[in-house]
Amino acid sequence: MGSFPVRDGDRKGTGAKQNLTNEKLLEETTEGVDGVTSYVVKRVGYALLTIFLISIITFFVMNLIPGGPFLSEKNMAPNIVAALKAKYGLDKPLWQQYLNYMGNFLQGDLGVSLKQLGRSANDIILSEFPVSAKVGGLAILFAMILGVFMGSVAALNHGKAADHILMVISTIGIAVPSFVVASVLMVIFGVNLKILPTIGLKTPVSYILPVASLAFYPMAYITRLMRSSMLDALNQDYIRTATAKGVSRFSLLFKHAMRNAIIPVITYVGPLLAYTVTGSFVVETIFNIPGLGREFIKCIMSRDYPLVMSTTIFLAIILVLMNVVVDILYKVIDPRIKLK
Amino acid sequence: MKKNPLSLQLDTSDFLPATPEEKKELIVMRESTTFWKDAFRRFRENKIAMAAFVVIILIMICAFVVPNFYPYRYDQQIRGSEDLFPMQYSDMELKSIGKGISVFPHFFGTDAFGRDIAARTMIGARISLLVGIIATALVLVIGSIYGAISGYFGGKVDMIMMRIVDMIYSIPDMLIIILLQVALKEPLTNLFNTNPAFANLQSLGVGLISIFITFSLLYWVNMARIVRGEIMSLKEQEFVMSARALGAADRRIILRHLLPNCIGILVVTATLQIPSAIFTEATLSFLGMGVSVPMSSLGSLCNDALEGIYSYSYRLIVPAVVISLIILSFNLVGDGLRDAFDPKMRN
Repeated sequence: MGSFPVRDGDRKGTGAKQNLTNEKLLEETTEGVDGVTSYVVKRVGYALLTIFLISIITFFVMNLIPGGPFLSEKNMAPNIVAALKAKYGLDKPLWQQYLNYMGNFLQGDLGVSLKQLGRSANDIILSEFPVSAKVGGLAILFAMILGVFMGSVAALNHGKAADHILMVISTIGIAVPSFVVASVLMVIFGVNLKILPTIGLKTPVSYILPVASLAFYPMAYITRLMRSSMLDALNQDYIRTATAKGVSRFSLLFKHAMRNAIIPVITYVGPLLAYTVTGSFVVETIFNIPGLGREFIKCIMSRDYPLVMSTTIFLAIILVLMNVVVDILYKVIDPRIKLK
Repeated sequence: MKKNPLSLQLDTSDFLPATPEEKKELIVMRESTTFWKDAFRRFRENKIAMAAFVVIILIMICAFVVPNFYPYRYDQQIRGSEDLFPMQYSDMELKSIGKGISVFPHFFGTDAFGRDIAARTMIGARISLLVGIIATALVLVIGSIYGAISGYFGGKVDMIMMRIVDMIYSIPDMLIIILLQVALKEPLTNLFNTNPAFANLQSLGVGLISIFITFSLLYWVNMARIVRGEIMSLKEQEFVMSARALGAADRRIILRHLLPNCIGILVVTATLQIPSAIFTEATLSFLGMGVSVPMSSLGSLCNDALEGIYSYSYRLIVPAVVISLIILSFNLVGDGLRDAFDPKMRN
């Protein structure tokens, strides 16, 4: 599906753009003069509703798992288990646990980890999120810059060798799963050539492999997207007018065509962020990076309820918020949608 | 007689009536063809898509047919043949060859337990393809019906249904999938143990069943949106109006008239959904949440290979190449189909 990587955008870029444009236009026509404000309010409202929904789903799913968090350890006497449950509030009815948790959450207390004794969920999340954010942020940055650049180059050299080569590379790039890229890069650079470190994030050099593995797929996707939207833009009449007016080629590309061509790429930033979060699970596991993705997988496996709740809600908040920001940004940037 | 090029005198032989052969040459119309014939002809002309299609057929043969004839099973542990490199024979096998018994070579070597990697890769490809196709079939059915209902009725119904779609769309799917995977493991294991009817599902492992369940819960939204768009543009046409005038029930109109007209876009979207499903399944198997041992999926094969990556890199390369080929071929075929069905690309 969707937010996941291979939410395929139309090769002409019209697929992703069209979906968004139709939906937004549908909403636009029913709004008044201050359409933008009410749109923002509506989007934020939906975002909150979605986060609420996710928290409910997560909570009840985690409680579906029979056994609970204490069953995997050595057999304990039932009264010890009962005492532990009482201590962590696990003996109360489900809905009460949920309300307790959400109440604490809203006050900033994300609960205590059941497995890593002594550490609160706040600690864990706050110490590990910056790590993931660094790797993810770098990956997004590189993917966008390189993708936009290569897409423009391919569009400018339409039909020539550079175009074909770039298209082949990017088609392969969207087909190869991220763990394959990560493993192959690790084999080539870490094992055979031995020039790049493969574990941890101690030196700046050790950032290269994880960021490259994470950025590979989005870069290929953005290249294709940028190429098709740039081709569309370059065929428009206003470009012809500008060329006739004698505008320099550089200015033509970066001022006139780029502004319109980059809109589908901005639309893609939402799914891109979702991909980066989920991609971080894989990349952090392979390269042994102490980030939030790896933590998420670990705490699900060990059924650390409060930590799973906090991490899921935290990640979901980040994603949903980013999507709202991107949607609002998109609306602000594209004047065809702002005006009625 | 040489004709002076500047003379205005006409040549009377130009004005003779045309022969039937000359008349035929003037007709520039193409022979009539149906939508499907035209689309498939265009697909066949697209060499890349055809090549990818052939690759898919080959992989399917290797995944579904060959393992039944292959001398090694995926879970067969051959003592003494552990950790072989591709095309290498173990000492025991060399002795057998010396005695004159023919031993089938291990094309891709064996893993740490003595299992033939070629056999495991083929079974892995089978699992990945099965997941992709079944998940896409589920998505197709749920998504198209939901989208058709939403698009056909319009108004309030449409608005509510699309709001639900928006909300499901914005849920981070990987998170929920992983959660559900782990959560459903024990209830499903209990179900399999108590109910003997699910015997062959058990061999797939609870991980895969959870994947199917979560796919059908979350992944249909894209298909629903696309189908809704198509239906909304189709329902204004006259054949719908005439069907309604003849008194056809809504259900009949949707199922017999509207949806069959969407088959083109349904096929394209489904073909592009398959690699997405395989992608997700491979990533989940890689993280350890897909198939259970000893069944192998391409993702779990890559995961196993990571441990011995320094000494036995071939164990990673083989499943990685296979899964990339599968995803790439489906993407190319999907692109080719979309171009073939798109009326704007006709020349």
